[in-house]
Amino acid sequence: MVRNILKKLYIFLMILFLYAPIIVLIVYSFNDSRSRGTWKGFTLKWYAELFTNSEILSALYYTIAIAVLASIISTIVGTFAAIGIYGMHGYGKKVILNLNYLPVLNPDIVTAVSLMTLFKSLRLEFGFITLLLSHITFCIPYVILSVLPKLRQMNKHLPEAAMDLGATPFYALRKVVIPEIKPGIINGALIAFTLSIDDFVISFFNKGVGVTNLSITIYSMARRGINPVINALSALMFVSLLILLIIINKKDQKNFNPKKRGESI
Amino acid sequence: MKMKILSYPYILWLVIFIVAPLFLVLLYAMTIYDGGSLKFTLGNMKRFLDPNYLDVLWISIKLALQTTVITLLLGYPIGMIIARERPSKRNTMILLFVIPMWMNFLLRTYAWLTLLGKNGIINSIVTLLGFEPLNLLYNDGAVLLGMVYNFLPFMVLPIYSVLAKIDKSLIEAAEDLGANRFQIFTKVILPLSVPGIITGITMVFMPAVSTFVISRLLGGGQYMLIGNLIEQQFLWVGDWHFGSAISIIMMIFILIAMAITSKFDVQKEGSSGLW
Repeated sequence: MVRNILKKLYIFLMILFLYAPIIVLIVYSFNDSRSRGTWKGFTLKWYAELFTNSEILSALYYTIAIAVLASIISTIVGTFAAIGIYGMHGYGKKVILNLNYLPVLNPDIVTAVSLMTLFKSLRLEFGFITLLLSHITFCIPYVILSVLPKLRQMNKHLPEAAMDLGATPFYALRKVVIPEIKPGIINGALIAFTLSIDDFVISFFNKGVGVTNLSITIYSMARRGINPVINALSALMFVSLLILLIIINKKDQKNFNPKKRGESI
Repeated sequence: MKMKILSYPYILWLVIFIVAPLFLVLLYAMTIYDGGSLKFTLGNMKRFLDPNYLDVLWISIKLALQTTVITLLLGYPIGMIIARERPSKRNTMILLFVIPMWMNFLLRTYAWLTLLGKNGIINSIVTLLGFEPLNLLYNDGAVLLGMVYNFLPFMVLPIYSVLAKIDKSLIEAAEDLGANRFQIFTKVILPLSVPGIITGITMVFMPAVSTFVISRLLGGGQYMLIGNLIEQQFLWVGDWHFGSAISIIMMIFILIAMAITSKFDVQKEGSSGLW
């Protein structure tokens, strides 16, 4: 009994530790004062200002544009790459899999400066293109790592059977392989999207004049004091993600699928 | 079936955007621009042997190790408690540890300023209780707290997923054979959870040793970790050769650390170490 209470208390304290800053952020997004630390009453003005602040709106636009483009491109390239790698054998496969791990295992800052030196050597102008290229580069490996296990689970005779029955390789790919590995593809796309939307380090080194994302805006604001509009924006984003999650969870419980549940996290 | 062809675009991508850039960094680290031409040198590496820089390296490694140990000590019990819950409750509980990661980590770190600052929430409580306000910000402790805060979920998730997969009958068998709680933990649960611990350690140590954001926000403008040094060389000083040399040195240390931890991994895990 005491053990149980202690366990519950411990989990509660750890959750409090993780959520305390988030609660503070959301509460202070309603604070009628610019400075953090002083509470001057309730207001919604930061939420209203959110839709007129051009610095933040532009950062939001680039964040979402980059995340959408990077996740689509990396999902397509990564899925095909995974299918290709699955069809390989021997030494080449090992080399590619290990190289694929490099951006996952390398510290972000190393990936960031290495891409920066590449773009500089290619004389590319830092801006939207460099930002997008770097995001695609760090997203693809995660897509591959989430698609490959699904390919291994697939019955490898399925595409062969389809082709024996007269399907062209492309048709077999479209009608047999892709539907089989769809959960892996969706999962990979989601990981890519969240990684891209949350990235700071790699974007920070590969951004251009006038093209920044939310993380960079927050970082540069942190020195002069963060505009509470950012608090309002992140509170909105957090709450909408939460609602989305609850909806998905509810749907999941309705059509309970034991095979899917274990992997959803 | 010629599925191989499908990976060729990515192989090209891999060579251009992953392999070539790393060689470029190595090239920068090993050369110096001298009178219009590149010259091979080990001078950039030697420059790092200056006691000031070695100090920065030492502090970074020390902080990263402390972060790893603390997150392991805090995270292991969390993983264990959640893994023993009913399956339906487990998913919700583990989700509670994932959700915070959806909020921008810079903002969450920044929010600690409001909690720890001179007129912050914690200090208001402290003064309300009649004590002197504490100096909680811009020191090693604040940076350590920020790192533990940011990286704790990375330790909890892999440990939890390994513990949740442990066959219950193994524990029952140990009980039947007369093992007490302590013995079950040290002889059955702990050894079986080693792969999760190792994944957790790598996932915490690596970002902790290379961070420059947490140290900048919570440690103040003067606070230097190896990540800050790299940032400074690339973005403010403009000495890419020295910056590349530091990056290479940091990568070597991380490789050493990973080689040491993987020594403890008896059963090598497959490719599914990420989540």
